[in-house]
Amino acid sequence: MMDNKMIVEGSLANYVEGGVVKGFQFLGRLPYYRGLGLSMVEDIAVEIDGAAVAREDVRFHVRGKTYTLDEMETVYDDRWNFGEKATIIVLQDGGLAAGEHQVGMAVRYRVSYLPFVPTTRFTKTLALAA
Amino acid sequence: MAIKRGVSLYSYQNETFTGKMTLEDCIRTSAELGAKGIEVIGEQSFWGWPEYAVDPKAIANWHSLIAKYDCVAVSHDFMLDYKRYKGRIMSVEEQVASVRRDIDFGAQLGVKYLRALVSIAPEVLVAAAPHAEEKNIKILIEVHAPLHFDHPWIVRHAEAFEKSGSEALGFLPDMGMFLHAFPPVWYDKFLRMGVPKTIADYVVKAYEDRVLSEYVVQAVRDMGAEGPALGMVETLRHNAAFEPKRMLDYMPRIHNIHGKFYEITEDYVEPSIPYDQIIAVLKQGGYDGYICSEYEGNRWIEDAVEPDSVEQVRRQQVMLARLLGEAEDPKITTPAYAVAAE
Repeated sequence: MMDNKMIVEGSLANYVEGGVVKGFQFLGRLPYYRGLGLSMVEDIAVEIDGAAVAREDVRFHVRGKTYTLDEMETVYDDRWNFGEKATIIVLQDGGLAAGEHQVGMAVRYRVSYLPFVPTTRFTKTLALAA
Repeated sequence: MAIKRGVSLYSYQNETFTGKMTLEDCIRTSAELGAKGIEVIGEQSFWGWPEYAVDPKAIANWHSLIAKYDCVAVSHDFMLDYKRYKGRIMSVEEQVASVRRDIDFGAQLGVKYLRALVSIAPEVLVAAAPHAEEKNIKILIEVHAPLHFDHPWIVRHAEAFEKSGSEALGFLPDMGMFLHAFPPVWYDKFLRMGVPKTIADYVVKAYEDRVLSEYVVQAVRDMGAEGPALGMVETLRHNAAFEPKRMLDYMPRIHNIHGKFYEITEDYVEPSIPYDQIIAVLKQGGYDGYICSEYEGNRWIEDAVEPDSVEQVRRQQVMLARLLGEAEDPKITTPAYAVAAE
């Protein structure tokens, strides 16, 4: 559910740290009718222009805090709220060139009442301003 | 006392997810429709819960809106994430402690009921009952398809509730368990996913004929089904046309109802759930609680069109008002939302 709303339109940008482009970022929402504690977000897989990003290069940033995906697995006092736009950061030297890019996002999340662990994925073409 | 109308704000999820509708929009729209009972999934409507503290201003805003629109806070639906820790399930003691926190949160919201998901074990609810009694709240387990009132898991809950002697334990039936026809919005979605029409029509007919799901699954496999066609027939394992009259044995412990629906047509009919029979049974049983709209067609159509949850809720409220014998059709007088947010 909410598949087509996971990746926020117009949110693709390069990720700059200390004046240096260290990667790219976009806004993502949890595709679910409620939020989840971060320990239950098992994976956020990102693809850019068809190429998979390594898990260790993904960062999750929300309300001023930044987590690696491994760190999130033991975070019990923070959550990805319902509809909340989190910044998904991908570390990649030099970032992306201006223009259109195909962004893929797949979230695997552990839901207590489900007898399986769902993954919801979506791909959108987003433009990065020059 | 008569049956009362309400709305679970779950119904407006596509609009609230993007911020198109605010909490005030949801409550005002429901109130204008005469659906004065408001049910929330606490963690959907209040950011932070249960991992970090909810902003006290958000709680104050909730109370002022409930008062402003002359509504009643009916239920806080809690989730109890017993798989919070990777690789282990929370112990019964941890789960009870978690439910007690949700009881306190429900008390903060001023609700009379807490919804417990059907996967929660009876011993957890029984152990939490004394705390619920102290707070004057009842914990209601949601009887939801594929479970139903004759399922041994629900019978076990009923027996445990009786043995406990607590009045703070009860049931919240979800009307989706009385699925008397295959929902048209499901059928359409499976066709969009590529299910061959011959197979889709076969499944719908088999459902209408009440064929045991295992036989239908095998027959569809024999027709060469794969992928989405197997997904379509699999829905028959999770849904059935149980009979509304099965609620009658449990009336003293039924205190809230989820008016689940997948679609209400322009002529105010839910094609897959027999609301006329349901209302007749509830009247017969002397039910005087709320029926809260729970729109769940959103996820079946959003790949093709943007859901219009407000119009769907409006249609269901008109349907309910007519079945309850109200003289006038409910109407929305204020636009449900102002601007389209992303």
